[in-house]
Amino acid sequence: MRDVAIVGVGHSVFGNRYDVRLDELAFEAFKEAISDAGLSAKDVEFVVCANMGGWSAEALPAVLCSEYCGTLPKGSMRVEAACSSGSAAIAVAYNLVASGYVNVALALGVEKMHESPSPVQVELIGRAGNYFWEYENFGMTFPAYYALHATAYMWKYGLKEEDLAEIAVKNHYYASMNPKAQFRTKITVETVMKSRYIAWPLKLFDCCPLTDGSAAVILADEKTAKKLTDTPVWISGIGSATGTANLSTRDKLLKPGYTGLESAVEAAKQAYKMSGIDYENAAKFIDVACVHDCFTIAELMAYEDLGFCRRGEGVKLIRERQTYNGGLVPVNIDGGLKAKGHPIGATGCSMLYALTKQLRREFAKYASPEAQATIRHGRALAHNVGGTGHYAYVTILSLEKPHA
Amino acid sequence: MSQLGERAKKAIEDKGLPIIVDEKTKLPLYVDVNELPLRYQFGIAKIQKFFEGLREGKIYMTRCRKCGEKFFPPRADCLKCLSQDVEWIPLSGRGELLTFTIVNVKPPSFAHYKDYVVAIAEMEEGVRVLAWLNVDDPKKIRPRMKVCLRTVKRPEGYVTYEFTPI
Repeated sequence: MRDVAIVGVGHSVFGNRYDVRLDELAFEAFKEAISDAGLSAKDVEFVVCANMGGWSAEALPAVLCSEYCGTLPKGSMRVEAACSSGSAAIAVAYNLVASGYVNVALALGVEKMHESPSPVQVELIGRAGNYFWEYENFGMTFPAYYALHATAYMWKYGLKEEDLAEIAVKNHYYASMNPKAQFRTKITVETVMKSRYIAWPLKLFDCCPLTDGSAAVILADEKTAKKLTDTPVWISGIGSATGTANLSTRDKLLKPGYTGLESAVEAAKQAYKMSGIDYENAAKFIDVACVHDCFTIAELMAYEDLGFCRRGEGVKLIRERQTYNGGLVPVNIDGGLKAKGHPIGATGCSMLYALTKQLRREFAKYASPEAQATIRHGRALAHNVGGTGHYAYVTILSLEKPHA
Repeated sequence: MSQLGERAKKAIEDKGLPIIVDEKTKLPLYVDVNELPLRYQFGIAKIQKFFEGLREGKIYMTRCRKCGEKFFPPRADCLKCLSQDVEWIPLSGRGELLTFTIVNVKPPSFAHYKDYVVAIAEMEEGVRVLAWLNVDDPKKIRPRMKVCLRTVKRPEGYVTYEFTPI
């Protein structure tokens, strides 16, 4: 297998993008990534399009976006791994390059949620579990799936709603500096606590918004990468895992269950093994992380699932501000899904966009010096979860080439 | 017809095209002139016994006759040993609550219900079940609370199952 580097990244403005259609939205990230890489559309040899769809009309997004971006007649496909589709696209593109099938592959995440009214989006995303057994008669919503975890965590570890609010406050704080974030306003614990319940104990400000957006990542083999850039960002590890469709049939290890995502633990361990990271001390190997904070409880569980702290101690990290920039491990200092926005299929690519800029030390100029992590180890981590741990992907980026 | 459909119809009548203006952003939106009604149908021949059980007030799980693995939701194919020989066993209905939530913002299909409590409980047979918990005051819900699983008729007239506190 060959080493694979990120040579170009691009990102659209996230938000309610009533101004564009799906392919036009994809073009924004594509154009930026191509220009960042110093390539032209003709150089892209394969397009892996991450898109969940359902709320948007186009059934063949990979084809539509390939045509609009001008990569025809190169091969393409759409991949789906719910909210981790973007990371799944990265994993596929990585393997296409690592195997030698192509030299340059594009992972293009795009989602146009607002092609349908919000209630329709709520309905469709609530079905992202096991439709027949957990939605058909019980009308689950996505916040409700995570709320089941929040309750279990509160019961076991004495977590308070105010602690969760602190996570929202942090991520809004950093989103306020991100020019492409959906929410660029700072909030307080009071803002969160006063917001209405969506799925008790989660409130409006515990939840990420419904977002339109795109992000693109161009991957290349070593020879191509070294021709294009002095700062290739290597992919040193990818872990992936699948959890049960039913929440009621999972959690064999975490007793009594629902206090973490076992699929995320598995994905992390795989990625760490590939990158030479020690699970017990993972935070010490990583300069900056993007974790899947679709809900505040999700970020808290991610700290523990990724081995940044022991079980039950995630709340300590938050209370001690250890996941702010300058702390033990800065987490979601691009604003996270919570405040930057969460365009389902684009999120994994958006994480790699931020982390690539962090490792290249470009985040200071892009966002703010306050949001630029100190790069000591030259390693960054993306934790991208699909559904409620139905899919899990962990990707490790490194400034150091994985193989000599 | 959906609300969006109504707006498109009116825009066509007024201006000859299904173009509306988004109130917040003032941006023009072309509304789909087609509407796609979706209602799925599921093959249940292999687990028909479960639905017969619901009619009789019973809630069945399955157990693999070869390796003993238990399943809820019930399934006729064993994932452990791949045997397709399972026995149907009615649950006692006794269980303990593991977690719950209250669905305050509901999907359109469930909009006609008051906020409902969804819970997961561990049944004494060792399987877990996700269902609504029928409780007057959610503040009374406690960890490991004893609950009873039973069949219930929904206002729409069909039978499903729910938890009630013991």
